[in-house]
Amino acid sequence: MRELWKIFKKGIISENPILVLALSLCPALAVTTTVQNALTMGLSVTFVLAANNTVVSLTRKWVNPKVRVPIYITSIATIVTVVELLLKAYAPALYSNLGIYLQLIVVFAIILARAEVFASKNKIIPSFVDGFGMGIGFTVAMVLIGTIREILGNGTFFGMQVLGDWYHPALIIILPPGAFILIGYLVGISKIINEKQDKKLKLQGEAK
Amino acid sequence: MKEYLMLFIGTVIVNNFVLTRFLGLCIFFGVSKKLEASIGMGMAVTSVITLSSMLSWAVYNFILTPLNLTFLTTIVFVLVIASFVQLLEMVIRKLAPTLYKMWGIYLLLIATNCVVLGVPLLNVESNFSFGKSIVHAVGSGVGFAVAIILMASLREKIRLADVPKPLEGLGIAFILAGLLSLSFFGFSGMISL
Repeated sequence: MRELWKIFKKGIISENPILVLALSLCPALAVTTTVQNALTMGLSVTFVLAANNTVVSLTRKWVNPKVRVPIYITSIATIVTVVELLLKAYAPALYSNLGIYLQLIVVFAIILARAEVFASKNKIIPSFVDGFGMGIGFTVAMVLIGTIREILGNGTFFGMQVLGDWYHPALIIILPPGAFILIGYLVGISKIINEKQDKKLKLQGEAK
Repeated sequence: MKEYLMLFIGTVIVNNFVLTRFLGLCIFFGVSKKLEASIGMGMAVTSVITLSSMLSWAVYNFILTPLNLTFLTTIVFVLVIASFVQLLEMVIRKLAPTLYKMWGIYLLLIATNCVVLGVPLLNVESNFSFGKSIVHAVGSGVGFAVAIILMASLREKIRLADVPKPLEGLGIAFILAGLLSLSFFGFSGMISL
């Protein structure tokens, strides 16, 4: 159980796909203009990651290593198509907000990377947990970026007004340049936090 | 003719794929450390996008639409493009080794990439004709090349600057991209698509 918790936790903090590994950046910038879009994208990716890791882990004994990448891609594409059709049917407004980026989940580096690095070598349950943790880490980062951008750029949170009339929204944050600059600073901040933690762990290790 | 020209300029400058639509960011940040590599990458991306747009246009209009299988677009495009790029790599390695040295190594890197899959998907979404698809594809490739070459030149300069430690590397690269994107924003409204 503790092992599983460890696997789950690393996706959220020390190996956060967006902020630390800098993988799958396109969506982090493109669909974080509102919290709602960011959350939908995050949950879709979480679903795809967890499902794909499970499938890859289930079939790991039969897949010939020589053709593994095309097989992984087919499996990812199938799962993405399922998500796409579901969203199109039940939440058409969200679907059109995400636009082409939903289909592009297929080529997100993080999904193929987890299949290759983790799921193809581990049992089903750890693989599922790994995918789920990475997905949640992705979602947390997306929602964080979405929150900052929506509040600063529009004065709202989930569409509700949070800042009063006195606040003049800084439109730049919603526009592409603001997204780049914001992520730049976030990457810097997460670097500082991770370095501090590493130091702490090192000190603890020496004390023992 | 005018329509095509507008589409071309629109995709190269106004709706630059990297700087306003955020497609192809992984290679944009990964490869832009050196100017030489950026030029090779720009050429590889342009040619791959153009060829795979043509191919996927044909697949969509002659196979998927008549058979009513358009819901499979994503899967089919990914597989078609990935296998096509592999094939292209093999052919170039065999027939033109000098060309392969110049940009062949980048081909495999972009076999499954946002921008290479994104352009054909956008072509289908906007119902472009064959000619327009090609113009759109070439435009996005050239736009990508312009962005990555500019970025690489900036990053080569910034290496000499005294950047705050936590922002070194990826952080400052993002901020640079933001400033670059800001300057491209000056073009918006020049052409409305």
